[in-house]
Amino acid sequence: MSDITAVKAPALREIKKGRVRKHIITLLVRNELGVLARIATLIAGKGYNIEGLSVGETHEKGLSRMTIEVIGDDVVIDQVVKQLRKLIDTIKVRDLTDIPHIERELALIKVHTATPRARDEVLRLTEIFRGKIVDVSQSTYTVEITGTEDKINAFIELVKPFGIMEMARTGKVALKREMASTEEEQLWK
Amino acid sequence: MARKGADIVIETLKEEGVEYIFGHPGGAIMEVYDALYRDGSIKHILTRHEQGAGHMAEGYAKATGKVGVAMSTSGPGATNLVTAIADAYMDSVPVVFITGQVPTHLIGNDAFQEVDIVGITRPITKHNFLVKRIEDLPMILRQAFYIAKTGRPGPVLVDIPKDITQKISDVEIPSLEEVKSSLPGYKPHTEGNPQQIKKAARLIAEAKRPVLYVGGGAVQAEAQKELVELAELMKVPVTTTNMGKGAFPESHPLALHMLGMHGTYYANMAVYNCDLLIAVGARFDDRVTGKVEEFAPQASIIHIDIDPASISKNIVVDVPIVGDVKVVLRKLIEEIKKEGAKLLYPEERQKWLEQIEKWKKLHPLTYRKSDKVIKPQYVIEEIWKVTKGDAIIATGVGQHQMWAAMFYRYSFPRQFINSGGLGTMGFGLPAGIGAKIGRPEKEVFVIDGDGSFMMTMQELITAVHYRVPVKIAIINNGYLGMVRQWQELFYEKRYAEVDLSIQPDFVKLAEACGAVGFRAEKPSEVREVLEEAMKVQDKPVLLDFHVDREENVLPMVPAGKSYRDMILEDGKKGVEADTMYLVG
Ligand SMILES: Cc1ncc(C[n+]2csc(CCOP(=O)(O)OP(=O)(O)O)c2C)c(N)n1
Repeated sequence: MSDITAVKAPALREIKKGRVRKHIITLLVRNELGVLARIATLIAGKGYNIEGLSVGETHEKGLSRMTIEVIGDDVVIDQVVKQLRKLIDTIKVRDLTDIPHIERELALIKVHTATPRARDEVLRLTEIFRGKIVDVSQSTYTVEITGTEDKINAFIELVKPFGIMEMARTGKVALKREMASTEEEQLWK
Repeated sequence: MARKGADIVIETLKEEGVEYIFGHPGGAIMEVYDALYRDGSIKHILTRHEQGAGHMAEGYAKATGKVGVAMSTSGPGATNLVTAIADAYMDSVPVVFITGQVPTHLIGNDAFQEVDIVGITRPITKHNFLVKRIEDLPMILRQAFYIAKTGRPGPVLVDIPKDITQKISDVEIPSLEEVKSSLPGYKPHTEGNPQQIKKAARLIAEAKRPVLYVGGGAVQAEAQKELVELAELMKVPVTTTNMGKGAFPESHPLALHMLGMHGTYYANMAVYNCDLLIAVGARFDDRVTGKVEEFAPQASIIHIDIDPASISKNIVVDVPIVGDVKVVLRKLIEEIKKEGAKLLYPEERQKWLEQIEKWKKLHPLTYRKSDKVIKPQYVIEEIWKVTKGDAIIATGVGQHQMWAAMFYRYSFPRQFINSGGLGTMGFGLPAGIGAKIGRPEKEVFVIDGDGSFMMTMQELITAVHYRVPVKIAIINNGYLGMVRQWQELFYEKRYAEVDLSIQPDFVKLAEACGAVGFRAEKPSEVREVLEEAMKVQDKPVLLDFHVDREENVLPMVPAGKSYRDMILEDGKKGVEADTMYLVG
């Protein structure tokens, strides 16, 4: 093998286990019986809890998109992604954690607003956060708010003192960013 | 043509070339049995337990390379299949499991004999289906076969409600092209990345101390010719896993035999000291690696596997190649030949092979012989001799399994059939029967433990019923031997619940079933009974070997330990420092 140049073998393989963080995984799946259970079973089988999950149909018939949030070891999550890819019903699986992507979440928050001052304040906060008041009663406002996890958390912190009666949050939905340069995208460059 | 769902099932199975179904009937699957009876062209083996049906289908698949089929009714019939399904999943065995289900309108109602078998088997199947419309039935069945046998093979379950088997439809059987295009997300890779193959060729040429580490994937791919060619061409010694046995002929001078927990001294030393490990269809199982950090600590690793998820699962590798083992090896050899097939460091390679010869001489596979008590290893050696090394061997799980792996010499793929991944006691007898049914021209020996045998021994009558002339050698130590060994070595001989000295008279049991039985209690009788057994060709023979009760399987690397902690054949602990070649 005359023209083969020597490749240096690494002295010691690195075993890269150990970095634990939140991963966000997006899947395009066939909308078949049991597909959700199959995916959840696979992740639970690794001993991980699913922190967030959202599913909905796409523009293509029979295909759904799922977004899953899961906290875990990088190496193990890489395994999970490979195994998810192997499932017969998955068309595409991607770990978005280190890829520029857009994520959004929706929350419905029912806030105690018995006093005029509370009503004013919550209304003002809702406007600042570009939320919407979608239900009103004698003593409550229900606010709809969308955005990143941080934004929703910030809003929740601000209205907490008034008293949160009930709350529902969707899991995240996420899509990979295309590289067409919107203003926001410049940030990723 | 309008026909019942049940007839569609049979029609599709025939289309898939199914010769045998292993199964057990019941209410929810009765229509299919009726269709089977009316059609008459597929043979059915009525096992005495569904677990037996599952393992028989596995044995059949492992021995022939074809897809096995096991069938049961709903509820308890289906749950009895679960162990075999999990076993097939762990060992990547292509088996289609067909279960009856309660009628569609009763699903979810806790109906009689209802169980959510699709839910239960979700984590232990490559894929599974519940058929909800008769129109989907032939497509689902064809998908099941296609998924089971392509890519990394595995079990697929199809659950069919009773009303679906009774409905009438004129749905056509889809073509293979239609099957493929109906599965847009399923695209097994077979070719291997050319860039990576180039890189691998280079690494092999420049390695000083390479080792091929060959697993079950190479058996599945039947890549023996390619392995031998590569090993000889580049002078690479070859170790196989338990599942990889037969992928490389064990009589070959480059054979290192098995590695890992009960691997040979020389295989483990070679892996410990190698600078390049070429993993072929192997998955770095913990029984192989022991302590991961000390597994091949100096080596670069090339990993060829059809399953991308197998790569870098337990150990991060340097050159991953996803593809069919046979195809990739072919290309790799071509690549090496194209480059002139020259080693960069021929002297170093020569020294490496000499070092391995030294290790082989220093600690060959051996045991203390006796003329008073039968040594289990001796029985295996004698079986090897009377069968001229040409039998298919199926085993249970335990010490006997390891002795069968060590002391029989395997020369062709699909010759050693055992439960590697799940480690299922009770696997041997039914798997051996399935193997014999699939390969009637071969002598099939079941090497079983007394404990393992008793887990599925009712299948003896199945073998008698269908005149399947398997030979069953029970390595009878009156113990759950492997557990006893661990208790001896790691629990100060506290033998908690491992005594099996109260047991049936196996010879009488064989006779009661209409099989032939022999017993050997002295070493001098071993050869004699084996020769007698070889004469019987029309029914099963059971051989009850009363062996040394406290014999141990050695060498042994204790679980989770490094190869350096290997206990050797003389019971000495640890590998002596002066034999450690490069790594201190
Ligand atoms: C179904 C099942 N139950 C339990 C075990 C745990 N186990 C592994 S080896 C073994 C003992 C096997 O005894 P035997 O079949 O007599 O074989 P021996 O080790 O004596 O050769 C046991 C209990 C197992 N592997 N499978």
